[in-house]
Amino acid sequence: MGKKTPLYDCHLEAGGKIVDFGGWDMPIHYGSQIQEHNAVREAAGMFDVSHMTIVDVRGPDAKAYLQKLLANDVDKLKETGKALYTGMLNNDGGVIDDLIVYRMDGWFRTVVNCATREKDLEWMTAHTKGFDISLTERPEMAMVAVQGPEALGMVQKVRPEAAELIDGLKIFQGLPQHGWFYARTGYTGEDGLEIMIPKEDAADFWQQLSEAGVQPCGLGARDTLRLEAGMNLYGNDMDESVSPLIAGMGWTVAWEPAGRDFIGRAALEAEKAAGIAMKQVGLVLETRGVMRSHQKVVVEGAGEGEVTSGTFSPTLQYSIAIARVPAATGDTAQVDLRGKLTDVRVIKLPFVRNGQKQF
Amino acid sequence: MSNIPADLKYVASHEWIRLESDGTVTVGITDFAQDQLGDVVFVELPEVDSEVTADQDIAVVESVKAASDIYAPLAGKIIAVNDDLADAPEKVNEDPYGDAWFFKMELADAADLDKLLDADGYAAACE
Repeated sequence: MGKKTPLYDCHLEAGGKIVDFGGWDMPIHYGSQIQEHNAVREAAGMFDVSHMTIVDVRGPDAKAYLQKLLANDVDKLKETGKALYTGMLNNDGGVIDDLIVYRMDGWFRTVVNCATREKDLEWMTAHTKGFDISLTERPEMAMVAVQGPEALGMVQKVRPEAAELIDGLKIFQGLPQHGWFYARTGYTGEDGLEIMIPKEDAADFWQQLSEAGVQPCGLGARDTLRLEAGMNLYGNDMDESVSPLIAGMGWTVAWEPAGRDFIGRAALEAEKAAGIAMKQVGLVLETRGVMRSHQKVVVEGAGEGEVTSGTFSPTLQYSIAIARVPAATGDTAQVDLRGKLTDVRVIKLPFVRNGQKQF
Repeated sequence: MSNIPADLKYVASHEWIRLESDGTVTVGITDFAQDQLGDVVFVELPEVDSEVTADQDIAVVESVKAASDIYAPLAGKIIAVNDDLADAPEKVNEDPYGDAWFFKMELADAADLDKLLDADGYAAACE
């Protein structure tokens, strides 16, 4: 028996098939993962993401602390509510976790992964030395992601008091209202919101969205949607042994100002100077078969790589994968599919954005 | 609870076997198996006329989640395969005991049928 989110009973009621996910009892699907996936691409779906960890950073040194802790630079966040995606690196430049940081009114909110919660908190706490800050976890908040072309409208329908605030939200911005927090972020490649809610309000909100026609979606659809969107999954596509520069996260490393000495900077600079050996790409298999994580990728003349996440794409109707391959890889490669070397196309991520094929 | 029809035979690797009136058998995967796999997206079937041995992996079913081998439940010859599954793999989820049969076999030895599990035996194997 794992930990349960405030929406656990809602999942059972909706016919959710429950699996263990990082110590939490979470729905993998409610009948058909593919139907849930399609609902998000075509209309609106909702995900219980209450298992994710919210940590608020407050105090006079909050900004300086995060500028040291994170590879991206929170100084880029000029407006209240604006958010950025970043890696938190170790001294060797490996990724401890990936997270979102929101700039709030004089403080910051971070959202980190559930499977990495303990080591993240340990690392974050260990590096508070010399900074006048406090770290506060927010376990009393539930979190629901509502995603899809109709997502914003659906939330506005069941939360009319937030309609105006939602209309004013920019992409990657989040704002509080009456103890709720509405962020225009997500993990699907569609427009949508991630909403943090006092625990006791979560079940009613879920129920209202369901009655409005928003499809409950499980972790299965969450994975195929993020993969189509070319978004990394911590533990699959990167971990502590992988630098952000080879995990498709180079754009999240803020090199300027050159004097900002974030943790891992020296290692990344050395890696860059030596030449970055691998890169992250998308693979496309237009014939039968499904690419899976850990399968070997062979690139003639360049060497070998590995599939880090693979699946069947419900939107494209064939298999897609995220892979780490030699930097010299061109437009084609081969994947070892259960012992058969099979030709695949190599593309630049993502595969799908806003319902449309991107390559 | 998954559906385990009493008139079929089973093997622990989650295939069902139906004895037809002409002595041939029809084989598919169980409701329990399709539920565990989740949405099925590809099915790879054996060659018609191929001779197979019991427990030989002769087909593959791929779901969104994983690839699984399908085994010949008994020795014999493949006499037909369900080509409809190539275009409609979702039938494996929708109708595992009906439209989504995988292949038909002529058994090498009809006495081998006694080695198969009945519905109760299979239900116990699923626990």
